[in-house]
Amino acid sequence: MGVLMFPTPVERASASTRWLYRVALPIGLVLWLLPIIGVAMTSVRGPADLANGNYWGIPAQWHVLENYRDVFTHTPMGRYLLNSLLVSVPTVLGAVGLSCLAGYALGILRFRGNLLVFFLFVGGNFVPFQILMVPVRDFSLRLGLYNTMTGLVLFHIAFQTGFCTFFMRNFMRHLPRELIEAARVEGANDWQIFRRIVLPLVRPAIAALSVLIFTFIWNDYFWATVLIQGDRAMPVTAGLYSLNGQWVAQWQLVSAGSIVAALPPVGIFFLMQRHFIAGLTLGATKG
Amino acid sequence: MSAPATPAPRARNRRLVPTALVPWLFLAPAILMFLVYVTVPIVRSMDISFYDWDGMSPRHYVGLANYLELKSDPDFLVSLKNNVIWLLGFLLAVPAGLFLALFLNQKVFGIRLMKSLFFFPFVISQVVVGLIFTWFYDPSNGLLFHFLKYFGVPQVAVLADEKLVTYGIVLAGLYPQVAYCMILYLTGLNSVNPELIEAARLEGAKGWTMLWRVVLPELRPATFIALVVTIIGSLRSFDMISIMTGGGPYGSSRVLAYYMYEKALSEYGYRMGYGTAIATVLFLIMLVYISFVLARIYRQEKQSL
Repeated sequence: MGVLMFPTPVERASASTRWLYRVALPIGLVLWLLPIIGVAMTSVRGPADLANGNYWGIPAQWHVLENYRDVFTHTPMGRYLLNSLLVSVPTVLGAVGLSCLAGYALGILRFRGNLLVFFLFVGGNFVPFQILMVPVRDFSLRLGLYNTMTGLVLFHIAFQTGFCTFFMRNFMRHLPRELIEAARVEGANDWQIFRRIVLPLVRPAIAALSVLIFTFIWNDYFWATVLIQGDRAMPVTAGLYSLNGQWVAQWQLVSAGSIVAALPPVGIFFLMQRHFIAGLTLGATKG
Repeated sequence: MSAPATPAPRARNRRLVPTALVPWLFLAPAILMFLVYVTVPIVRSMDISFYDWDGMSPRHYVGLANYLELKSDPDFLVSLKNNVIWLLGFLLAVPAGLFLALFLNQKVFGIRLMKSLFFFPFVISQVVVGLIFTWFYDPSNGLLFHFLKYFGVPQVAVLADEKLVTYGIVLAGLYPQVAYCMILYLTGLNSVNPELIEAARLEGAKGWTMLWRVVLPELRPATFIALVVTIIGSLRSFDMISIMTGGGPYGSSRVLAYYMYEKALSEYGYRMGYGTAIATVLFLIMLVYISFVLARIYRQEKQSL
């Protein structure tokens, strides 16, 4: 690569610049992550440290096990985590499934109204949640879906289908058309083409969307507060908020709870980084 | 893609559904869900905004009364003003993200891990980021307090100060947003045409000139997406406000999205009509940006046909 990169690679710079960069990188990282590092450190402190204002020194009391155990034994955190999982996973399956079907119609087939339907999904994807809030809540109440995970999942599937269809359609448009035409000549119908040719080819898109939607839904807070009330169906984001109200000034527990709630998406991100970034940056390089 | 030219008589005879219906069968489940949960609610919200309704008892038609009330509602005006602060403040995420991306666009040992770690704030929930920053601002022991004390500045309670509170929350909101813009630019930088850079280098371009004249124009797609997600993100701000201040002190950190929620669904009264009127205003503001995005996609589609 060499000269072809911007900014100029540091390997080509003077020795002093190279060292400066090597030093600046970790320092920059620590500064950038300082708020998160602080929370991680607080989550292992004992109450004495906090009472003495020892937020940044070496912990005088190490309460790693105690704090994390307290989060699970004294609060419904386990329940909240399970609820989040039970909301996120079905949403991923539903939204990705629906968008594979819709993406096939919009990306592969040609018909009148194609672009109009596509714009319906793209435009809907950007609307503010508040314009949906009152009718969706009212609708859920009437169907007995209010305060149930099913109700939350159904809404999430519907809304995420907008983004997922946008993504799938663009991905499918770039599939080699010859494969599809060849299958058609051999007499395959659309369902067979969809199942046997298109679906295997869009596996990377399915992976990218799954990782991304899982994270979005796991981190959703607004709909969890609008459609859920009470611990039974509450996901971890809303749960953490309600616990924060009960744990006044017990920062070691708030911190441990925050870390626990953040771990699943962080873990998924590190395991499936390439897919996650591919999903997020769709369109950042072309168009 | 119905292909009347392709000779496939056997397949034609076995067709269960007419060709014209095929795309709509594939679309049906997605369209149905989207209509029920997105399209119809938008129309219903606009309809409800002309009524006085508590969500339970029969509603009363009030015409434009809700909208007229907005005009002289000081809380609405504060929320609107805060939305502008959010919008302008949030836009800083775009240059900040570009700066971080340029800083990290190197090929030294461990840089991939570095990039992932810098991206970290975007992956965690806004609720967690909100809690982290509440603690960061904690006036008696937060990181900010210690930092200011070191420089001899007296303590400030950012989240309890009507003048500072919105800026404090915007800063917290910027934290994940900068990470998002950074990753968009890193991807963009990856696909900058190397020949262009080489040609510009040969002509003696470097540093700022190179960035401004050669690299930034190449990064236009990334900049466009960064702007779209940042503007829409700023107008959607809700989570952080709910977590960090609950709109306070005295409603001074509310934005439209939060004020709407408060009016429609909280102890301040179930005023669904007034709430949906606020939501409609927010939606119309957003529609300006949505139209920009759709117009751009439309132009691309026309070109690629």
